[in-house]
Amino acid sequence: MIVYWLCFILFLVGLYGVITRRNLVKIAISLSIMEFSTFLFFALVGYIDGGVAPIVDPADPVKVYVDPLPQALVLTAIVIGLATTSMLMAVIIRLYRKYGTFDIREIKNLRG
Amino acid sequence: MKGMTLIVKKTTQLIAGMVFMYGIYIIVHGHLTPGGGFAGGVVIAGSFILLILAFGSDFLNLVKEESGSTLYENLAILVVLFLAVSGLLFGTRVFFLNWFPKGTVGQLVSAGMLPLYNIFVGIEVAASILTIFLALIIFKEEISE
Amino acid sequence: MNPLIPLFVVIPLAGAFLIMILGRFIGELNKYFASLILLVLVILSIYSLATTGENLSLYKVGGWEPVNKIPIGIYMVMDGFTVIVLCIINVIGFLSAFYSISYIKRYTAENYFYALFCLMVAGMNGVVLSGDLFNIFVFLEISVISSYALVAFGVEKNELEASFKYQVLGGLASFLILYGIGFIYWKTKTLNIADIKEVFNAGYDKSYYLFVQILMLSGFGLKAAIIPFHAWLPDAHSSAPSPISAMLSGVLIKAVGIYVIIRLFFNMFAVSEGMSVLITTLGTLSMVIGVFLAIGQWDIKRLLAYHSISQMGYVVMSVGIGMILVSRGARPEIASLAIAGGIFHLINHAAFKGLLFLNAGAIEYTIGTRDLKEMGGLAKSMPATSATSFIASMSISGIPPFNGFFSKLIIIIAAIMAKFYLLALLAVIVSIVTLASFLKFQRYAFFNKTDNKNENHIKEVPFPMVFSMVVLSILCVLLSLLAFPEIREAVLTPAIDILMDPGKYSSQITGI
Repeated sequence: MIVYWLCFILFLVGLYGVITRRNLVKIAISLSIMEFSTFLFFALVGYIDGGVAPIVDPADPVKVYVDPLPQALVLTAIVIGLATTSMLMAVIIRLYRKYGTFDIREIKNLRG
Repeated sequence: MKGMTLIVKKTTQLIAGMVFMYGIYIIVHGHLTPGGGFAGGVVIAGSFILLILAFGSDFLNLVKEESGSTLYENLAILVVLFLAVSGLLFGTRVFFLNWFPKGTVGQLVSAGMLPLYNIFVGIEVAASILTIFLALIIFKEEISE
Repeated sequence: MNPLIPLFVVIPLAGAFLIMILGRFIGELNKYFASLILLVLVILSIYSLATTGENLSLYKVGGWEPVNKIPIGIYMVMDGFTVIVLCIINVIGFLSAFYSISYIKRYTAENYFYALFCLMVAGMNGVVLSGDLFNIFVFLEISVISSYALVAFGVEKNELEASFKYQVLGGLASFLILYGIGFIYWKTKTLNIADIKEVFNAGYDKSYYLFVQILMLSGFGLKAAIIPFHAWLPDAHSSAPSPISAMLSGVLIKAVGIYVIIRLFFNMFAVSEGMSVLITTLGTLSMVIGVFLAIGQWDIKRLLAYHSISQMGYVVMSVGIGMILVSRGARPEIASLAIAGGIFHLINHAAFKGLLFLNAGAIEYTIGTRDLKEMGGLAKSMPATSATSFIASMSISGIPPFNGFFSKLIIIIAAIMAKFYLLALLAVIVSIVTLASFLKFQRYAFFNKTDNKNENHIKEVPFPMVFSMVVLSILCVLLSLLAFPEIREAVLTPAIDILMDPGKYSSQITGI
């Protein structure tokens, strides 16, 4: 059970970073931490005690396999995470070029 | 961006080919072992990125490369889509149908269309990661000038 | 199996990448290509609307048949509610793409614009059609990632900042949704919406179930910008290019937010009174707070964005009233009336809010500002824009001959019949405040005679933009026909039936 709590704490660490950090890149890193805690959670969901990697071996059909579906989901989610992170980094680079700073307190054109 | 020292360049030259081959291995064995299109594609893109980092973008004249990799990315994903749609034309006419002969379990040429999907997804992922990398570094240079 | 179903995703997806390749060779023709793709989709979706009716068609991707009546493959489902949202997506999508032909000229990289546009439409069609949770997530990410890029398309200070804010909050929403999916999979070992319902019917842990519901509501609520989660919407919607604002406000928040919330809370989770009261409260809050935030705005698009929050509040509130009545199990005819009002308002909002954003785009296109104080006297020089925006403004504030009136009337009648007098009163008040706000918009933009220093060189916008606006304003009038019982039976009743009957959706899919 403790692993699940650790995973949740990792999520909270990321959330803390998103809320408190002032640097755009650090916010992006915090988002990535949250993302990876989600992936870790999925991997834990699929874990079965004593299971092996789900590669079918015709010679030994009675093996216990871990649940392969969450792993497939995590792979898909990692691909999506790659797209999100690179999109975010591209916007951050553009923002840096416009404002000359990574500080979020100085980037506040939009209000209300 | 300038290149790195001679030691780095020489080592990279030796390693990059092997990294590339390893990526191809992962892609081709995607239906038999862990890995597949995405993992292998990332490794292949890694071999290119290694070279670019070691030699620097000045040496390679990277200005128009991005549009080339975008073209490969688009073509590869269209092929994947075409393979998926081909299920609508053959067999029981279902989208994403695996209508190729399946072969025997464990052989390299087996599992119907899965190796084909893996190969084209691999090309797509390699090209897109390279595109992202090139877009970010070329942009980075515009700032420093 | 209905062979049309995968085409809704395949055509725009293939179109997006074909545009990127063909754009190198055919140049100018490229922009008509996107409109052509979306026109095909409009025809397909209207055909589906005409043929679907009461039946629910199922598509098993890859031909994976269920094992022991447990679905194992990816299912795509098309039912009465789906086709309505599909029609909204593709019609507004086509008109926005056609409008972009002249609007987007002043941006560079038109190819990327149309490719991302098609990708966004593909994602939304996928969300609406998909029958399992994880596919909803994947398609949702496809559409929102392309919308992040489209919001930042102008690459100026405001656009980038809005896009950053949108991405951080959108990312947060995605993780909440992903956690929700993980928790559901943990207990049920399935991802199919219908199958999850069957498994939960067999028995569940109360607090676990509630936790999952809260996760899902907050995740999709962030995407739908219901009030405590609304912070990103005004920035993102006002900074995007105008056709994209019309898509985001008219379609995206509905397809990936409201649609999924309605679908999950009616067809996947068992309708419970506590949850439906919460949803109604959130809807009422967005309705009231959204309109009061809107009234002080002088930037047209920001004003319209806040009104989106408020109008979505009507939809959520009305559907929530329906949920409360369903959970009590009493008076199904009023519940169905409330849900009908909600869905009707969803359709109407797409028409008039899309039109209003296109009007705002036309004004910005000609005079180059979005500030209401700097406009005035445009009615004479831009007759088409002025007339269509008048229709849209009257429609959104609920003036009788237009569609907004009928849907608001149905919502208010349903609230009164369900004895929620306070909610009915609030709906009336919000409608009046909306009217005041749009009278301000009309007066300052079109009628208020200022010094008119630049009246001479203000011309009406080009044909594609006028065409889209006129078609949408005609839709604003025509959609009020849905208030008539016969037409309502044909279009809205199948959607309401599938939502009201707790077991119908899952039993038709799993065949149990």
